[in-house]
Amino acid sequence: LTYLVNSPVFQVLFFGFGWLFFMRQLFKDYEVRQYVVQVVFSITFAFSCTMFELIIFEILGTLSTASRYFHWKLNLYVILLVLIFVVPFYIGYFVVSNIRLLQRQRLLFACVVWFTFMYFFWKLGDPFPILSPKHGILSIEQLISRVGVIGVTLMALLSGFGAVNCPYTYMSYFLRNVTDSDILALERRLQQTMDMIVSKKKRIAMTRRQMYQRGEDQSKQTGFWGIIKSVTSSPSASENLSLIQQEVDALEELSRQLFLETVDLQATKERIEYSKTFQGKYFNVLGYFFSIYCVWKIFMVKFWSQHISFILVGIIIVTSIRGLLITLTKVNSAIPPSCVSPQGMYFVSSVLLIRMSMPLEYRTIVTEVLGELQFNFYHRWFDVIFLVSALSSILFLYLAHKQAPEKHMTP
Amino acid sequence: MASLDRVKVLVLGDSGVGKSSLVHLLCHNQVLGNPSWTVGCSVDVRVHDYKEGTPEEKTYYIELWDVGGSVGSASSVKSTRAVFYNSVNGIILVHDLTNKKSSQNLHRWSLEALNKDSSPTGVIVSNGDYDREQFAENPIPLLLIGTKYDQIPENKRNDVLARTAFLSEDFNAEEINLDCTNPRYFAAGSSNAVKLSRFFDKVKYFIIAGFTKCSFLPLRAISKAMLTSLRV
Repeated sequence: LTYLVNSPVFQVLFFGFGWLFFMRQLFKDYEVRQYVVQVVFSITFAFSCTMFELIIFEILGTLSTASRYFHWKLNLYVILLVLIFVVPFYIGYFVVSNIRLLQRQRLLFACVVWFTFMYFFWKLGDPFPILSPKHGILSIEQLISRVGVIGVTLMALLSGFGAVNCPYTYMSYFLRNVTDSDILALERRLQQTMDMIVSKKKRIAMTRRQMYQRGEDQSKQTGFWGIIKSVTSSPSASENLSLIQQEVDALEELSRQLFLETVDLQATKERIEYSKTFQGKYFNVLGYFFSIYCVWKIFMVKFWSQHISFILVGIIIVTSIRGLLITLTKVNSAIPPSCVSPQGMYFVSSVLLIRMSMPLEYRTIVTEVLGELQFNFYHRWFDVIFLVSALSSILFLYLAHKQAPEKHMTP
Repeated sequence: MASLDRVKVLVLGDSGVGKSSLVHLLCHNQVLGNPSWTVGCSVDVRVHDYKEGTPEEKTYYIELWDVGGSVGSASSVKSTRAVFYNSVNGIILVHDLTNKKSSQNLHRWSLEALNKDSSPTGVIVSNGDYDREQFAENPIPLLLIGTKYDQIPENKRNDVLARTAFLSEDFNAEEINLDCTNPRYFAAGSSNAVKLSRFFDKVKYFIIAGFTKCSFLPLRAISKAMLTSLRV
């Protein structure tokens, strides 16, 4: 087993998995020509998974302490290197390449962008109590502490939202009752609106053509007769036109809203059908348990929570990752490299947070490797952001839920 | 306006290929200044002179329905989109010449639109695999348009054009390759303008001749049966 783990077998596996995920899911409908992006993404993914693997080994006690320590250090250095040097540089490089003015001196400007990034990255550390005078400028603790702040904030925001959204999505209590006739009525309204838009646009086109054929060109209305003509002619066609155009704009806005509402209703109907299946019922029950735990977590009860919280934080992290990756798949117009960076920071900080929930005896090695970071600060920071995020998500979902049923009341 | 006079042409394609720019160019002869994401469907009207230059010349309004979204959308979006696919007379398939995936997705787009009529629930009948026979018997005229022609590097142009030629054969359709930010591609008298005009004439002709999906197939089936019996 030792030999298997020491060899890069797992890394290669994770790399392959990351590559496949990238190709199949994230960029299914888009042709990625720069292979660099794929490689970087897969490397980040591979090393992040290795970090999780190492934590598990830590708990299970596999391998000798020395070799674990070595692997930890190696992993952290590589990930930090990628996150802080490689990825921002490439993002800067791609952005600069797209701006035609700076095309010539691409490399130079990419370096400038990178230095700007590093400056702000460094400044990030100032307001937080993470700097201890013992350590040098470029030590690993400095870098991790900053990456940690960004990542912890991201994670807390996502966890807060996830803690509220998960029960809301899965629990059938919140599902509004949608019937087929509601959907059909909306679709009919959409169809009628589209037809109205079409007929008005036809009128505009016809009027424009007549104007063109009659030579009612504004530039021709010069001279004495032109002025008389413009005064005595019937309410000019162009005034009518702008009126109809305004009506068309309003109707188009209405059609967009109707479309979105219909999609929403269809999705709700599908969720209702899903909740009647076995899978749906299973998730519904899970949702109840989960929501109880989430409420508990929001009010921060620390009763025998060490071990349970470790497992459940793990679950929250996994579902948040899933939600994050699903959200990433929906954003298919973003510049490809920009998807890699936040995800990498996310992974690094999730290590920090797992440490928070880990039982005391396993914390030693993590502490040793990561140096003397102020872990308590991170715990408190996470809790604060988590609370803020969860409460604002509750508010947001409450408002969204309240608004929706009123629109669908059949008169 | 009587519904008999309606000519409805769908404009389908992946997100970001330039359907809205294309429709704006076709209808207003101007370049679209501020393209943005199309939510749902946006309709525009083009004035077309059927059989231009002949004594039978008549003016028709062609409705161009620009349907937004991607082919891999959630099923709720797909079922809502199906509302727009009713009584379609012609389809313009738009793909991005710099993005191979967008042309590969056109098969799925056309299946989604064509299958709408044959099953009431809007569920795609075929398993998504492309079938040349289906398009050979298809009575709805198709036109293939490739956009962002100016963004292809010189040395790759021939490969891209060869690929699109295959594609137009697959769909049994004419093809036009252009750049939507340049109105001269549709200048009067240019080959593109002629192709476009022919396509709209074909659409109108099919309507007049009464070729709908229902009435066309039995005719084909009968002729096929006759042919096979003759071979025996």
